[in-house]
Amino acid sequence: MAGMFIDVQVDDAVAQDRDLSKKLVDVCAVDIFAQSEDGALQIVDKNLDECVLCDLCIQAAPDGKVRVIKLYES
Amino acid sequence: MSILIRKDTPFIVQGITGREAVNLTRENLDYGAKIIGGVTPGRAGRDIYGVPVFDCVRDVVEKVGQPEGSVISVPPKFTVDAMIEALENDIKLIVVVTENIPRGEVAQAVELANLRGARIIGPNCLGIISPDEAKMGGVGGPAANTRQAYTKGPIGIMSRSGGMTTEIASTLTAAGMGQSTCVSIGGDAIVGTSYAELMPLFEADPETKAIAIYSEPGGRMEAELAEWVKEHNSRLPIVAFMAGRFMDEMKGMRFGHAGTIVEGKEDTTAEKIDRMEAAGISVAERIEEIPALLKKRLEEKGN
Amino acid sequence: MRFYEYESKALFAKHSLPMGERAVVKTKEEARAAAEKIGGPVVVKSQVLSGGRMKAGAVQFADTPDEAAEKFEHVLPIVVNGEKARSILIESKSKLVQEYFVSVTWDGRRKLPVLLFSDMGGIDIEEVAESHPEHLSRTHFSTFLPLTPRLAKEAVGKTGVTGNDLNRLTPIVFELAKLFLEYDLTLAEINPIGKLENGRFIVLDGHVDMEAEARGKHAGLLKELGIGDDETRQARPPTPFELEGARLNAVDHRGVAGNVVEFDGDLGLIIGAGGGSLTLFDAVRNHGGKPANYCEIGGNPSVGKVCNLTKLILSKPGVQKIAVMMNVVSNTRVDMVARGVIKGCIEAGKDPGEVITIFRIPGSWEEEGFKILAKHGVEFCDRSVSMYEAAGRAVAKLKAS
Repeated sequence: MAGMFIDVQVDDAVAQDRDLSKKLVDVCAVDIFAQSEDGALQIVDKNLDECVLCDLCIQAAPDGKVRVIKLYES
Repeated sequence: MSILIRKDTPFIVQGITGREAVNLTRENLDYGAKIIGGVTPGRAGRDIYGVPVFDCVRDVVEKVGQPEGSVISVPPKFTVDAMIEALENDIKLIVVVTENIPRGEVAQAVELANLRGARIIGPNCLGIISPDEAKMGGVGGPAANTRQAYTKGPIGIMSRSGGMTTEIASTLTAAGMGQSTCVSIGGDAIVGTSYAELMPLFEADPETKAIAIYSEPGGRMEAELAEWVKEHNSRLPIVAFMAGRFMDEMKGMRFGHAGTIVEGKEDTTAEKIDRMEAAGISVAERIEEIPALLKKRLEEKGN
Repeated sequence: MRFYEYESKALFAKHSLPMGERAVVKTKEEARAAAEKIGGPVVVKSQVLSGGRMKAGAVQFADTPDEAAEKFEHVLPIVVNGEKARSILIESKSKLVQEYFVSVTWDGRRKLPVLLFSDMGGIDIEEVAESHPEHLSRTHFSTFLPLTPRLAKEAVGKTGVTGNDLNRLTPIVFELAKLFLEYDLTLAEINPIGKLENGRFIVLDGHVDMEAEARGKHAGLLKELGIGDDETRQARPPTPFELEGARLNAVDHRGVAGNVVEFDGDLGLIIGAGGGSLTLFDAVRNHGGKPANYCEIGGNPSVGKVCNLTKLILSKPGVQKIAVMMNVVSNTRVDMVARGVIKGCIEAGKDPGEVITIFRIPGSWEEEGFKILAKHGVEFCDRSVSMYEAAGRAVAKLKAS
């Protein structure tokens, strides 16, 4: 489920990459990313609307693999 | 010209790795400030937007050079120590952003500052800005927002509220009136520098032609300003805005800043307005009246 | 934060200030037993925070334990300035030959503590200052030079007190100055100190205010005195609405969306920051609006925090609409506040476009914020609309609905 204002989409390949997932968890100041026990990436729905649009997650992943969508622009 | 800070005033940020300090470091650098170092104990060797971080102020002095100023943004329980550290390293202008510091600790640092010939602005303030020169502290926010609200010109601003400093500057800018230096002096019951203590600096600054102040209930700072203006026959017209008039009916309740509690008759807005008007200070009912009142007062002076 | 008399005296007792025998009681039986134990005449004093209890008849004298019980019943229900007694203090009554006044407070102008002393205690000190200024001394002292009895001796001596009286008053006055600094007090006052027939001195009434900011630092003392964390000790006790506001604000550390004060109007206010809130509250009242609450947001609060505050205000009976207004913001972000209030409205089951009369927060990230507001049909304005005008629009819109 997306947030009311923000949705974050991550390509499956990124979500399965443990190291990249860890990096995403580290860079996000508002805890939108988490890792399950097997290291797979999870999106923490309740924190999506806290996104400060810092773009650090976008920069941490290969181009276009992590997308932050402003739902109020559609 | 301006007061307190100029374009090349070298200063440091104490607590530079904290959330708010990182922000204000970037905002100040973007605005053209000369930040020569930062301090966070145990974090020496890092850098924040190119500003080298040291463990203590002494290391900045030894390795980079003597700073003239410091912005302190550290948790409340470490703030008095940070102020003393800056003073004992010969820093002469200290802006304290942190709030919730007991006044006994502020008084200690102020007493030491007096002995050392230094000045403290704040605590619980957003700092100082001389538009188009430099800013020291979070006043105005990101550089682009700061440029939108603040422009260079003849009006000095002193305010007990950081946010209202920008509101007033923005209103003046919209009316085509720029600012010389704007000082958010802090919202606490005891602050390092009061309105009256800044007046001699503005008085001596040829660029400043008039003053706007934001004022609120609590304390004796307005009475002190009124006395200063009368005693020194100030050349500067002053327009004051007084917020929190509703508090006169609610003695003993705390609203707004720590310094606003109304305890006695002299603390009320009614009493403050009377005193200021008696000293020739114009009191605006609304923020948007400030530019016209300033213009009127300046015209009366032949400016 | 004000202390009750019995708490002030408990603090004084820790510092060995001389006082009469006393007990805090809550029932008639306890009052009688206390008077019996003390023996002789006693004073029966209502424990309230506000002044004027003598005038209200909430201080009485009793010669016997039965009379003390009777006076307890008389004093207990008396309401002083809208305040009910928390308990009753029974204290031995002393025969005095003279009364003195001593007070330590902050002088915000000199930025130093100042010790006030008078040999005309027991009466209104403002009156002494006015008509007998030579009987009131003012002595400033340092916050970091060694504090020694010299200070107290000078303060007492300046009013003309000498001999044994000077030497006996000095340690009491000195101790009060020490307490003032040690516990981050904003006021430490004894009025009066009484001189007994045998030449000794005794503390009769005490008044202590501690700085709210220093509560954490002195948590141990407050616990010892039985002062709870939820006791704000403002002019009136907090309402459940205000306590809930404080609880929601404490949920996370990101920014402030709190200092909620309840009023009985119909316009909910989400306003900030410190100075901006004062300005906006005045503006709403000037336009004839009736605020349902005061509050402050600032320091860039999280979306969740603003959302919770919005829900709390909308849940207040009688609140039809809300106004969201601040001064030009620097570190608080317009878009984050916009998200928070809209989310709060929707989670409360209301249409944000309907319930938000006006959103006037210009400044940091306003372009992004305005996009969100437009999307949800909320009326907003930029800095070209003054705080005063925005408040006027909010009031007019509520009246028209």
